[in-house]
Amino acid sequence: MMSRRKWIAGVPAAGSLLLSACKDSLPPAYGTLFDLSNSLTFSAHRALLRNQPLVREFARDRITKNFPAINETNPKNDRYQQLLAGGFAEWRLPIAGLVSQPAELSLEALKQLPSRTQVTQHNCEQGWSAIAEWTGVTLKHILEDAGMLPQARYVVFHTVDGWWDSLDMFDALHPQTLLAYGMNGGALPVAHGAPVRLRVERQLGYKSLKYLSRIDVTDRLDDVEDGTGAVGAAYGYSWYAGI
Amino acid sequence: MHHPLLVRATHWINFLSFVALAVSGFAILMAHPRFYWGESGYFDTPAAFELPLRVNLDQTGWGRDLHFMAAWIAVINGLIYLGWGLSSRHFRFSEYKSLQRFTYLCVIFGLLPVTMLTGVTMSPAITAAYPVLFTIFGGRQSARTVHFFAADLLVLFLLIHVILTIREGLVNSMIAGMVETK
Repeated sequence: MMSRRKWIAGVPAAGSLLLSACKDSLPPAYGTLFDLSNSLTFSAHRALLRNQPLVREFARDRITKNFPAINETNPKNDRYQQLLAGGFAEWRLPIAGLVSQPAELSLEALKQLPSRTQVTQHNCEQGWSAIAEWTGVTLKHILEDAGMLPQARYVVFHTVDGWWDSLDMFDALHPQTLLAYGMNGGALPVAHGAPVRLRVERQLGYKSLKYLSRIDVTDRLDDVEDGTGAVGAAYGYSWYAGI
Repeated sequence: MHHPLLVRATHWINFLSFVALAVSGFAILMAHPRFYWGESGYFDTPAAFELPLRVNLDQTGWGRDLHFMAAWIAVINGLIYLGWGLSSRHFRFSEYKSLQRFTYLCVIFGLLPVTMLTGVTMSPAITAAYPVLFTIFGGRQSARTVHFFAADLLVLFLLIHVILTIREGLVNSMIAGMVETK
């Protein structure tokens, strides 16, 4: 018979076995106890979402007026203001890293690609939520066009105002993950991240970066910026924001 | 009266995780102490009600991390207690007075599941898998509002429970396991 002590000793052993078995599919560790609970949340969500369901999409008449614009609403840096003055004709979005055909996409080039329009609810981690219509190209399409290599595991996003974040392929390739250039039928306004922002519908708002400036495809996050996978880590925000 | 070690351990873990949930829930709430009914709600929409709290956006990170850690602990701890209690026929409601029994049943079959379900209704990931949650609670903001009230009632229950336990002199039975029966 297994003694109680043996059984208790087996718990961490089994735990570490389990962790090492699925370490490849866990969010980046921040080195705190919360890594455990956040990994548990992440794994539970991945199990629940294994069939890649879509979030609800609404009819256009559900679009809310005065969709809130928070954090940066008009990047002050000169380069951005120049691009804005030129109607973003000079704006380019480099796609680099683990792709066979690195590219620099213009806004016009993006608009030529097959588009997707979705009316979804934006869920801010502060507690509010609002509905808007987003038009853009699926990130999946962009990654496939760029010839993403088989060893690619993450997509890292950088923005004009110095933010950065990342997604793993599970969310990057989701059909509702967009590079959006349109909002509510018009061009994406400056306050909402013009010319192109990210939409990650199954996570909280802070994952949907505004003002995209560069996309890197990679197989590891520990050598990107400070190694935490997202700028939010420095402010105490978890990398995975599905709840 | 005799409380086995497992009952005492799970009970104190439950107590601590509930305190952590209440504190972290408050930290999260401070970022946007306005409540709405229905699907959406934000700065420009009329609030159903608003708490007189100063907005504080800097407590959300740890607040959310602690909230979900404590929620996992409470759930796992609760399952251990439930599994043990059912297998050892620990639950004997007949021992309680009728008001007490009614209150416990309301908490176990009402407030706890409602709090958990409204909590996950705020998750854009979980509701992608189970959109029926929106139907049950009438939208994300309604779920958030119900979550707030259900959590308040749980805190009220906890307070009364602790006060009564102290007044009845039963605290020792939850620490040492034994008290003299009256």
